[in-house]
Amino acid sequence: MTGINFNPQTFHKSQIKFYLILLPFAIFMAMPIVYIFSTAFKPIYELFAFPPRFLVQQPTLKNFRDLFVFVGYGLPVMKFIVNSLIVTLLVVFSSVLFSSMAGYILSKKNFKGRKLLFEINKLALMFVPIAVTIPRFLVITNIGIIDTMFAHVLPMIAIPVGLFLVKQFIDQIPNELIEAAKVDGAGDFYIYTKIIVPLSMPAIATIAILSFQATWNNTETSTLFVNDEIKQTFAFYMATLTNISNSVAAAGIGAAATLIMFLPNLIIFIIMQSRVMSTMSHSGLK
Amino acid sequence: MKTFGLKLVQFFKPMFKFLSKSETKVVEFLEKKDRTTVLFLAPYVLLFITFIVIPVGLAFALSFTYFNGIQAPRFNGIDNYLYILTEDEIFMKTILPNTLLFSFIVGPGGYMLSFMLAWILSQITPKMRTFLALIIYSPSMTAGVAIAVVWKIIFSGNEQGLTNSLLLRLSLINEPLQFLQNPDYLMPIMILVSIWSSMGVGFLAILAGLLNVNKDLYEAAYIDGLRNRFQEIFYITIPSIKKQMMFSAVMSIVGTFSAGAIGVALSGANPTPQNSGQMIINHIEDYGILRSEMGVAAALSVLLLLLILGFSKFFQKILKEDD
Repeated sequence: MTGINFNPQTFHKSQIKFYLILLPFAIFMAMPIVYIFSTAFKPIYELFAFPPRFLVQQPTLKNFRDLFVFVGYGLPVMKFIVNSLIVTLLVVFSSVLFSSMAGYILSKKNFKGRKLLFEINKLALMFVPIAVTIPRFLVITNIGIIDTMFAHVLPMIAIPVGLFLVKQFIDQIPNELIEAAKVDGAGDFYIYTKIIVPLSMPAIATIAILSFQATWNNTETSTLFVNDEIKQTFAFYMATLTNISNSVAAAGIGAAATLIMFLPNLIIFIIMQSRVMSTMSHSGLK
Repeated sequence: MKTFGLKLVQFFKPMFKFLSKSETKVVEFLEKKDRTTVLFLAPYVLLFITFIVIPVGLAFALSFTYFNGIQAPRFNGIDNYLYILTEDEIFMKTILPNTLLFSFIVGPGGYMLSFMLAWILSQITPKMRTFLALIIYSPSMTAGVAIAVVWKIIFSGNEQGLTNSLLLRLSLINEPLQFLQNPDYLMPIMILVSIWSSMGVGFLAILAGLLNVNKDLYEAAYIDGLRNRFQEIFYITIPSIKKQMMFSAVMSIVGTFSAGAIGVALSGANPTPQNSGQMIINHIEDYGILRSEMGVAAALSVLLLLLILGFSKFFQKILKEDD
């Protein structure tokens, strides 16, 4: 037996045993998600049916229509979705921009404290935001952004994992490339926009996904930092919706809302998955 | 008291040292006129300090005070820690055991599962691999609220609930079980749900690492007398992707301790029924927000962060000693 049988390009019957292990896991992982899809399209009598059926028989959009006419706090759901979109876009944009800028400096510039900064950021990989919600609340009150849209955006931008991954990725870009550009008279701004950004697109896509997921799914900022209903996000609205109603009827609306939460994550990941994988191969941590 | 005060100052010193150091560094940059370095770093570093470094420092400082959120914090030494460790019966009796039980199963369990699945995925053809990896990764995208919604429907306490109806039809039970309100079931369900959603960034890192191992290494090792696939995994594969495994371990530890909040989301109550699913994370919220004992809450935050740091360092040591 030669050992070179990983990443095979063609199917061979020796791979069947791997599928026998993988398939049950894949089914376990996928089942709840498939069930949410199915429940979201179930008409009310199917939601109440006993025994419940796993898959929807007569799909309807009623749950989605109900969700959109459902008025929470006297505001239409669309308002919360728009809030979530604005907040998420701002966070993703800033976090991509700031992490890649900082990643370029950390990777390619020599300055005092560079190592220290990277080490501190590495330590912060272990940071759990919900462990320090109260101090964060105090900070947010003191800098005067409580109850504003900034309270949704600013705390979410600096993602230690994002900077870590982009820095590791930029490390792969040869220094000669940058030296050559400098000889031709290029400045930092030019090097950043014309060399670093185009060559580190996979890492940038990865930060975009990570910050998208963290922000789009986030309920913390609405719970703690923003009391004003008109400024709250869809994820938070959904959490209150599902908390009030434990009944099966609400399950339909809840499932429809979950689907709206989940789909953007899935679509973005599918589009960018190959880039994410190429970033992850540089994720090594000593 | 005086010696204690002195000790405390020494304890805080590294933090102040770091702050004053970074300040002189900023001045140095500006003097060098290397403005782009500062300009490019500043936005990230400022946000990082404001929303990560300062909150952690503040939690640390507040953990030594009595603070109710209204009056100014009053220094009370290590009273909060003493209180948590000696007087807070729930903490020692349920919260800490719960947190440890949960993390010992979900952490290593999820981690080993992600290694196993990633390794098997690396043994099949690219198209199927991408498809199955996507399925296995997708639960981790349903972070937070969505997880609770999905599993609440599955474990719903009436006969329309998926699990209940299945058990009823198999005649294993006579009436629907209140899965999420019953202390006996809540913890196992939390563990199941957390493992289900734990195949995230760390899983992808291991998979990517596996696919980038140099194939020549395997060839050479087999010539040198490597005999089977288990030897292959232990002598070649794991050493080659050690760094990715470390990254994945840190992600898995952090994920495990943050996932603790799932009990409250599932049962819809804080505290969870008879504290059965109560974790340090929920206990912090209980003290800080519901009881306004922010000093105690801060001390709990510090303990939690130290626990995470401890686990990560411990794991780092295990992987290093392997060399």
